[in-house]
Amino acid sequence: MISKLHIDRAHLRHQLKQMLRIRRFEEKCAELYALEKIRGFLHLYIGEEAVAVGVMSVLSADDQVVATYREHGHALARGVSMGSILAEMYGRTTGCSRGRGGSMHLFDRATHFYGGNAIVGGGLPLATGLALANKKMQRLALTACFFGEGAVAEGEFHESLNLAALWQLPVLFICENNNYAMGTALTLSESETNIARKADSYGIAAAQVDGMNVVDVEAATLEATEFIHKHQKPYLLECKTYRFRGHSSFDSQLYREKEEIALWEAKGPVKQLVQWMRNNSHLLDSELDELEKEVEAEIQAAVRFAEAGEWEPVEDLYRDVYSPRQTNS
Amino acid sequence: MVSETMSYREALRAGLEEALIQDPRVFLMGEDVGRYGGCYAVSKGLLAQFGAERIIDTPLCESGFVGVGIGAALGGMRPIVEIMTVNFSLLAMDQIVNTAATLRHMSGGQFNVPLVIRMACGAGRQLAAQHSHSWENFYAHIPGLKVLSPATHSDARYMLGQALADPDPVLIFEHVMLLNEPGTVPENPDAPMDKALIRRLGTDISLMTYGGNLPKALAAAEQLQQDGVSAEVVDLRCLRPLDKTTLLESVSKTHRAVIIDEGWQTGSLAGEISAIIIEAGFWHLDAPVKRVCSAEVPIPYPRHLEQAALPQVEQIVATAKAVMEGR
Ligand SMILES: Cc1ncc(C[n+]2csc(CCOP(=O)(O)OP(=O)(O)O)c2C)c(N)n1
Repeated sequence: MISKLHIDRAHLRHQLKQMLRIRRFEEKCAELYALEKIRGFLHLYIGEEAVAVGVMSVLSADDQVVATYREHGHALARGVSMGSILAEMYGRTTGCSRGRGGSMHLFDRATHFYGGNAIVGGGLPLATGLALANKKMQRLALTACFFGEGAVAEGEFHESLNLAALWQLPVLFICENNNYAMGTALTLSESETNIARKADSYGIAAAQVDGMNVVDVEAATLEATEFIHKHQKPYLLECKTYRFRGHSSFDSQLYREKEEIALWEAKGPVKQLVQWMRNNSHLLDSELDELEKEVEAEIQAAVRFAEAGEWEPVEDLYRDVYSPRQTNS
Repeated sequence: MVSETMSYREALRAGLEEALIQDPRVFLMGEDVGRYGGCYAVSKGLLAQFGAERIIDTPLCESGFVGVGIGAALGGMRPIVEIMTVNFSLLAMDQIVNTAATLRHMSGGQFNVPLVIRMACGAGRQLAAQHSHSWENFYAHIPGLKVLSPATHSDARYMLGQALADPDPVLIFEHVMLLNEPGTVPENPDAPMDKALIRRLGTDISLMTYGGNLPKALAAAEQLQQDGVSAEVVDLRCLRPLDKTTLLESVSKTHRAVIIDEGWQTGSLAGEISAIIIEAGFWHLDAPVKRVCSAEVPIPYPRHLEQAALPQVEQIVATAKAVMEGR
């Protein structure tokens, strides 16, 4: 079935670079946050890069993406420019949401990136609705909806799965199961901790995949999207992953042991891919240095772009509450 | 102008029918809107006419299907979502308030949500507290939403089309006590949807209201006339944004105001309108502004108590007289 999967050297380098872009960018964000250049909540995706990169590399340009508040990685992997993402976090008009959304509300029409939603579970009905529109308008696009395992306890998860299955909508639900909803472990919040299995009761096809392995995620996504296109039905992908940092910038991480974090870090997505490529002579140290340099240059340019962005004049405060007035009867 | 006589329900249906005919992107979605014919029979017959692709029965999942409506609107459709009654819209409050109302702003103007949500509202049928509350005040509180209250047959007929032409989320509240009332529908809308209208001219006092209480205010004005008081009746029509100009113009003419609102007085739209009049029209006033609102109690089931809890014609008359007499 996974006929189209092309895992060659160039592709792996590309995937590695995408993951590095997210990793280094977010490390920079943490730094900028400490410097108070970025304010508000900052939810880092570090450790989970393989999920966004693996999934995004399969999606077509017409597909829509709905993400959560932990969406820098999704936006970057989707192709939203790094500069406009950082400028958004700075709150500048050059940000991808004109500075009105901040870290949790990245939006980008050009890449069909529909946010950036800070309500846990809130994006699922929205994605289902986008898929409904695709079906009604006979567009081939599918809608990819990312959410954490914490969202699974919300009614909207169940309402959306039911509707998507009932109406046979082309939506790809991607559960990023990093084991914790803030500080609450999955075992403390779900009676059934196998999330893929929950799809069963809605008649939705599902798979579990190692979310630390970008190749596995990509392969599983390809299978999922082929299934969706072929059968015009939803699909649920559960990616087992882990966040190496706290939930947000205000997390003292009392709820988990350092050993546990170390255990997961050992199989980190970047580390894993680099090791594998090295062992198979697909990556020279000099090439890795080169990638790192390219990424660093992109980040430097993004910082310059964000710093140079305008502050929106206060006179524009009321902008974008409503659409510009149109002549309507 | 040619006017047609029909019930308020039929006027709503005519509006729906026209919307579905005019634009293939329009579809109606909600609980029991299709096979059952709508719980208030508003959408009766539409399924046969337009098919299940356009008249979509949903399961009981207010948050889910309102959210789906938002997504479909983002995807280029023009969904009309029906929530059986405003009471159940509270289950979808998150989607309406946190998503529909905010997306345009949070995306820096990139994504607008051309969604229309209709819901039945109002008390008077002895349905007790969980089916009788006036939550339109809540929604009128939210920037990013537009909130309409069609009190007349003409508005029942035309506001839907106006709402669909709007690029932002619009909520329409249809008072259940109006559904069976016969009335006339002109060939064209009375005014743009966001304009308040003077439904009865008067010189002594302004009665300001909306939706299901408009007929009560008009009846009160008739009674007041017999006692020599000329009452002007202002129909707000749009609860957000409020047409302050029309309100203030009326007060600057009559110099007195009573606001009638089926919501509870505490934290009500009536309170907001009083404040607007006091802030911007204080020097026009010859007497303090007064309000007639629902009693501060969950609406009770027994008829006599329910009626006692709701604004009534006698109360409006008495309040207006008290204002006239400077009491
Ligand atoms: C409806 C709602 N309830 C609570 C919160 C507060 N909150 C923010 S993130 C979070 C945990 C979510 O965990 P999960 O869905 O697993 O995503 P993760 O943070 O692990 O990516 C909570 C409880 C919220 N934002 N929205």
